Amino acid sequence: MIPLRVSIAAAIAAGLLLLVIIELIRSRRLQERYALLWLLTGIVLLVFALWRGALVKVSDVVGINYPPSALFVMAAFFILLVLLHYSTVISELAAKNLALAQRLALLENRLREEALEQEPER
Amino acid sequence: MVQHAPAEATTSTGTPPRRLRTLAIVPAYNEEGSLGQVLEEIRAADPELHVVVINDHSTDGTAEIAERAGVSIVHLPFNLGIGGAMQTGYQYARDHGFEVAMQIDSDGQHDAAEAHKLLEPLARGEADMVIGTRFAGVGDYRSTPGRRMGMVMFSGVARMLAGLKITDPTSGFRAVNRHGIELFARDYPHDFPEVESNVLAARHGLRIVEVPVSMRQRAAGRSSVTSLRGTYFVIRIMLALFVSLFRRYPKTVEDR
Repeated sequence: MIPLRVSIAAAIAAGLLLLVIIELIRSRRLQERYALLWLLTGIVLLVFALWRGALVKVSDVVGINYPPSALFVMAAFFILLVLLHYSTVISELAAKNLALAQRLALLENRLREEALEQEPER
Repeated sequence: MVQHAPAEATTSTGTPPRRLRTLAIVPAYNEEGSLGQVLEEIRAADPELHVVVINDHSTDGTAEIAERAGVSIVHLPFNLGIGGAMQTGYQYARDHGFEVAMQIDSDGQHDAAEAHKLLEPLARGEADMVIGTRFAGVGDYRSTPGRRMGMVMFSGVARMLAGLKITDPTSGFRAVNRHGIELFARDYPHDFPEVESNVLAARHGLRIVEVPVSMRQRAAGRSSVTSLRGTYFVIRIMLALFVSLFRRYPKTVEDR
């Protein structure tokens, strides 16, 4: 039902993905809070690549005739999740960026006006 | 929730005992063509008014013009857009302890001589936010049919969503008291601040009053809303309004 080669290739790909993620976390290039979703993605893909019976069952339940396609669907779903997560991260960063710019501008204004006030006395 | 101020209630109640510390916020992005005249008009109308120009990272002579006019200037380190710039103005008002903050566009659309009309309901304690309305037959302001249709639609939606009756929801000529300053310094909408801030203010229980003012055609520059982008604008603003309605608000103005 599932060609063995598909399972092997998928397992290798998922395994590589996991290795890269773990290495990125280890070298502090990826913060844990952003890595969680990626780890989950890699683990789920690896599990379903190896556990062929489960993949067949899942495909059956949702009406997918060719079980390896279910792997694609899962991968696509997780990619969507990761993207959505990034959108929230970007929104948060944008809000913080805005607040910083405003704070900076107001402090700069205060500094300049205080300097102007003191100038005539010297 | 929204009352219309009586047309000529201005002189009947007399002047308030003490003048409220009032700030005029003038957001400016590349308005060298009109900013100088606007600042001059503000000074002519009310020499005591403290004016702060929020220079939204202009690339033309806007900063120099404001500098020469001797007003306070806040230079933003990069372009934040009208919402971010206005919020900076309200933060300035909050940090410097102003009791009333008024916004005046730098494109010459608003007549500074009419600013007192916005301030009177605040001084009498009848409102927390006063909006200058264009469609009361005063002045020679005309807008395009498309834009007018959009405004009618927005006010309709805002009315449905928040029980707001505002005839000119896109007017940027407005003034708020301490409650409004605190609220807007903390939380100000970014994409279509005029329309959204009405909903925001209403949701926080601010009392909103409209007063008729005249509006002029822009002295220079172009409206940020062109007819080409009209449809896109309508979709975005609808989304923004729905978000304003359904989003969670951090907290309401405490003492009301």
